[in-house]
Amino acid sequence: MHKQGEFDIDIDHLSKIEGHADLDVKVKDGVVQHAHLKISESKRFFTQGVRGKSCLNVGQLVSRICGTCSVAHLTCCIEAVENTLGITPSEQTKLLRNLTMDALMIRDHAMHLYIFCLPDILNADSVLELADRDKAVVEKALEVKSSGNELGKLVAGKSVHANYPAVGGYTKIMTNEQAKEMAHTLHHAREHAIEFVELFREKLPVFERKTHFIALKNPNYEYIGGEICSSEGYCVSRQNFWEHLDRVVVPYSQATGFEFEGKEYMVGSLSRMNLNKEALHRDTKKDVGNCMSMFPSNNIYMNNLAQAVEIINSIDHSIEKLESWDFKPEQYKTPAVKAGNGIGVIEAPRGTLYYALKTDDKGMIDYINLVIPTAQNHQNIEKDVAKLVQEKMDLEKEDISMEVEKLVRAYDPCMSCATHFLKLKWKEAKRASSKKAKVRNPWTFDVEGKR
Amino acid sequence: MGKKLAVSWITFACCEDSSIIFVEMLNQHFFEWKEKIEFRYCKMLKSKGNDFAGTDVVFVEGAIATKQDEEKLKEVRAASKKLVTIGSCACTGLPSAQRNSFDDSTKREIMLTVERFGHLDKVHPVKDIVKVDYIVPGCPMDEKIFLDVLGKCFAEFGIQ
Repeated sequence: MHKQGEFDIDIDHLSKIEGHADLDVKVKDGVVQHAHLKISESKRFFTQGVRGKSCLNVGQLVSRICGTCSVAHLTCCIEAVENTLGITPSEQTKLLRNLTMDALMIRDHAMHLYIFCLPDILNADSVLELADRDKAVVEKALEVKSSGNELGKLVAGKSVHANYPAVGGYTKIMTNEQAKEMAHTLHHAREHAIEFVELFREKLPVFERKTHFIALKNPNYEYIGGEICSSEGYCVSRQNFWEHLDRVVVPYSQATGFEFEGKEYMVGSLSRMNLNKEALHRDTKKDVGNCMSMFPSNNIYMNNLAQAVEIINSIDHSIEKLESWDFKPEQYKTPAVKAGNGIGVIEAPRGTLYYALKTDDKGMIDYINLVIPTAQNHQNIEKDVAKLVQEKMDLEKEDISMEVEKLVRAYDPCMSCATHFLKLKWKEAKRASSKKAKVRNPWTFDVEGKR
Repeated sequence: MGKKLAVSWITFACCEDSSIIFVEMLNQHFFEWKEKIEFRYCKMLKSKGNDFAGTDVVFVEGAIATKQDEEKLKEVRAASKKLVTIGSCACTGLPSAQRNSFDDSTKREIMLTVERFGHLDKVHPVKDIVKVDYIVPGCPMDEKIFLDVLGKCFAEFGIQ
């Protein structure tokens, strides 16, 4: 037991998450004074770096914002460029985009759940240690993860920094034979993925704090398309999303946070399940039916169960498409460019991702801005950590630290992404010293003095 | 149990795409590598006992953007027998080093962030700061070259 409830927790470089973040919690007289999540990932200035680049190629550059979610950045950026140029993609392209996102969800959720979280719930430090005790569970985990990786390679060329998706279409399209073979692999992986849903359902810890949840409401539980909706029951239009988002400058972090209608909120799998569970694929609902009544939930650890369910949902959507669609070669045509602006909004693995961009008459990027899931979760994570530490005050400090790491990990945060969005206004941050400053973003944002 | 290769993996300014490729390569190589590799510092795989001491081979992903990065890299180099740069940012600096070629007005725009977080004047590839033994280029890293380099390391350190 620590002395008189007065201690600091400093976790330097949280483990088993994507990227670099530190956590600093201060406790005085048994009361949590603050919980600061400091994203220490170095900024790489993509917002500035893409200016002057062709809108037809910029997707490949923004893909490099994040290795983990590269495909989500690429897909969302392409949507924004197509909206800018007034392009309506073919039905086959739309289907391939959904398949590309499904592959990402399977691969990325599997990495987070099986490599990062599974050891936590089975009381092992790492997947390496887990394999010593239970080889079979690791073999199954790797098989599911591999199926997502292989699907990504087949549909999009590569599963990280995909090279087939382009503005207006795909540069290469799989054959029907390849599609059937892939469906077969997915059927096999699906059996294991269902076992993991059961495992996560039984072993989830509980930590609840009332917050609200934002996600795209999609009639088919897919990740492209749909309205931006809140668990409080209202929806906002894509074009006006800036009117509802407040950017929060966090002076101690290389990233900023966001509030929706002035309140902290959560995005990601749990939000999607809380808002969309009825829209899950029919086969998914049939086989994970015993999870359905557990949503909506305020338990953040349910984010992991939601991810496990989403893996099945994406496998089922993919199998259906691969088995029923007649894949035909399409000649890729380079689209005509023009001046304009457009928005892209999709559900990335970690939550709603927004792109807004403007092109000049040569199709070069004039400005670009994005709102990242982990930035949106920042405020929520800090409030959760403060409450958790308060509740666990009787534990040893090292045990509190481990609990805090597990909680942060449940969000599946992505720090590479989080450092890349709106330009920070440090003058405001400095004026407010260590306090956070709120800034409401107009639709036209970006460079000071240049609208 | 035979002798294992003591491996560490550290990332600096980058998108960690090669970390992801590595985790995906585990789908095929997990059980083989588990017998041959002992992970010393590898925060993507484990929470406890992350320490560079006694590292045979350190894989360095990402470019060097801050003073802290530079100091850490030198420390890691000193603790490791061999150093391998992984992916485009570590090998060439780019795309993380894109700010090096910004025009003056863009440089002014990012100046406050650069100063506040101890960023260096320029972003560097790893070879600018310390000696590099092998490179695995690509964005993300080329899987075949990674396997070749890892194979060479197994041979050099007598890992069966």
